[in-house]
Amino acid sequence: MAKQQAAVVGTGQTHHAAKRLDVSMAGLCREAVDRAMADAGVDWPDIDAVVVGKAPDLFEGVMMPELFLADALGANGKPLLRVHTAGSVGGTTANVAASLVQAGVHRRVLAVAFEKQSESNAMWALSVPIPFTMPVHAGAGGYFAPHVRSYIRRAGAPEHIGAMVAVKDRRNGARNPHAHLRQPDITLESVRASKMLWDPIRYDETCPSSDGACAIVLSDEPTSGAAAWIHATALRTEPTTFAGRDQVNPQAGRDAAAALWKQAGITNPLAQVDVAEIYVPFSWFEPMWLENLGFTDEGQGWKLTEAGETEIGGRLPVNPSGGVLSSNPIGASGMLRFAEAARQVMGRAGDHQVDGARTALGHAYGGGSQFFAMWVVGSERAGVR
Amino acid sequence: MTKPLSAPLEVGFDYTRSLGPTLSRFMTALRQRRVTGVRGSDGRVHVPPAEYDPVTAEPLTEVVDVASTGVVRSWSWAAEPLEGQPLDRPFAWALVLLDGADTALLHAVDAGSPDRMRTGMRVRVRWADDRVGAITDIACFEPSDEPALEPLDDDGDPVTMITSPVRLHYRHTASAEESSFLRGLAEGRLLGQRCPACGKVYLPPRPACPTDGVPTAEEVELPDHGTVTTFCIVNVPFLGQRITPPYVAAYVLLDGADIAFLHLVLGCAADEVRMGMRVEAVWKPREEWGPTLQNIDHFRPTGEPDAPYDTYSQHL
Repeated sequence: MAKQQAAVVGTGQTHHAAKRLDVSMAGLCREAVDRAMADAGVDWPDIDAVVVGKAPDLFEGVMMPELFLADALGANGKPLLRVHTAGSVGGTTANVAASLVQAGVHRRVLAVAFEKQSESNAMWALSVPIPFTMPVHAGAGGYFAPHVRSYIRRAGAPEHIGAMVAVKDRRNGARNPHAHLRQPDITLESVRASKMLWDPIRYDETCPSSDGACAIVLSDEPTSGAAAWIHATALRTEPTTFAGRDQVNPQAGRDAAAALWKQAGITNPLAQVDVAEIYVPFSWFEPMWLENLGFTDEGQGWKLTEAGETEIGGRLPVNPSGGVLSSNPIGASGMLRFAEAARQVMGRAGDHQVDGARTALGHAYGGGSQFFAMWVVGSERAGVR
Repeated sequence: MTKPLSAPLEVGFDYTRSLGPTLSRFMTALRQRRVTGVRGSDGRVHVPPAEYDPVTAEPLTEVVDVASTGVVRSWSWAAEPLEGQPLDRPFAWALVLLDGADTALLHAVDAGSPDRMRTGMRVRVRWADDRVGAITDIACFEPSDEPALEPLDDDGDPVTMITSPVRLHYRHTASAEESSFLRGLAEGRLLGQRCPACGKVYLPPRPACPTDGVPTAEEVELPDHGTVTTFCIVNVPFLGQRITPPYVAAYVLLDGADIAFLHLVLGCAADEVRMGMRVEAVWKPREEWGPTLQNIDHFRPTGEPDAPYDTYSQHL
């Protein structure tokens, strides 16, 4: 555990939507930043450094956000870092910001992540025609769908699990005023009747494309009363492909989770974690990551979902905010998971608050399931239970 | 070792940019042959306008009109203009301080020759004939002591969005190992390489085994048949797609290989493709072959019994 403890003292996010044409990228970031600063009760002179993350450059055609956004992020005269780890970048950005406080380098750090998907086309950006190769790639869904099929086969999971996750997350999203998709009336039947996009992944089991941003203020001491103390952080990486790679249950994710639980002093995650915000862009990734994170044994994750235990009120509510399935500003999606975990233990999660949440997980993954970022936050300082 | 293969890779996209209130006013004014800035907290007038104050980071909202004439503060001669630049003949990139502004605007000066350029020279905006509400409404600057054309009011809608095209021209070069694989394909052969440490056979071969980090020098020729490990059926059309959906994108594990690659499976209904299905390559006519995996048009079922799950489960 770090000698200097760090806490989330404020979070902010935009209203997420398919197109936020009313704001520039700078304005989008500021909507989140201003809310985070207000939530933390701090102002610009209180911020010592800024860390920014965004999705891969082709996604929105911005290669140097640190240069483009320095004024908007109040970074002039301060250290400004930019973080890259594909879809997990929001989580990694939060972890980098936390490390600056934990290391005693800075007292208060602003972390920001954003995405304006409407200004580009992510499927196009993920399917660049590399010479000499077979052009069968079809965006993120095309990449992940075969591995979802492998999971279903390996775990012997019934076909309706993916639809169950979609129903849960979209209904949760309906409780979240920031969510892009708010579908209180979605049903198992309507999901299963939706178009098969990348068989076995259906339209309603797929995340939307969103414009949005998220910001977090990290501090060595509380600034506004409530704080989400960081009990553990972990980052792990592995290559996209190698012979014998486990694409369903990647080693990097298992290693990150093991390190995370150990650092947090958690020996039984399912019993000791009150709520989890897990990066689930395609519904089947809920059971896949439940296993990868060690909440269940391998092949058992879907049983937790099927039993309703991942709903609000269940043993482990997963994505009470509605998750990536309800809002997906890719560059910000990971930070949203981290921020939502913090909001839960700060008691500031509004209509999607999990009663009595004291320990929460924020999780993100990116690339071809090769970058993993996670943190555990608690309502008390680490070491206090 | 023979020369690595390379080929052009073109990446282009017309990105859009929603402007937000501050830049929207700037772009709308350009359409009317006006240049506007914004006043900062320290009294300076920023042109182009800053959306947020460089000192306080607060939003800036006080719009200030500045002149379409100004002074060159510094410049650099562009002898060979590139695609997408303001002029297609040699010009100067210049930092122009417009009269009434406190920060300089970067733009082109159409001076004809570097001999006509000097720091401190007076310039004016040459307005584009067709203005749309973009920085290109300033076609360029030109050396002059005279005023620029007068503003021209219009009753058009405010400009809220610009298009910002990006065109990247790469030369993609394959590794030496991938090049020998591709040259093998041009002869209808599938050439992988074995890692001397772990013994795994990679197809395509890699400059180094991802697990052991050592070169995979031993060449292994593989047959053109194998097993579908897993797959998806792509039903989604998207920009830039080169195969018409629906199609089956499958990981094919060639017999003797230790890693599967993505290819297309045809020759049966999409919903008949299965994990474990045995497949074989269907090559394009020999005269169409080149150094590419596309020499294999697709894979089709062989009709053999499916491979047992245990034979490919470690490749998922």
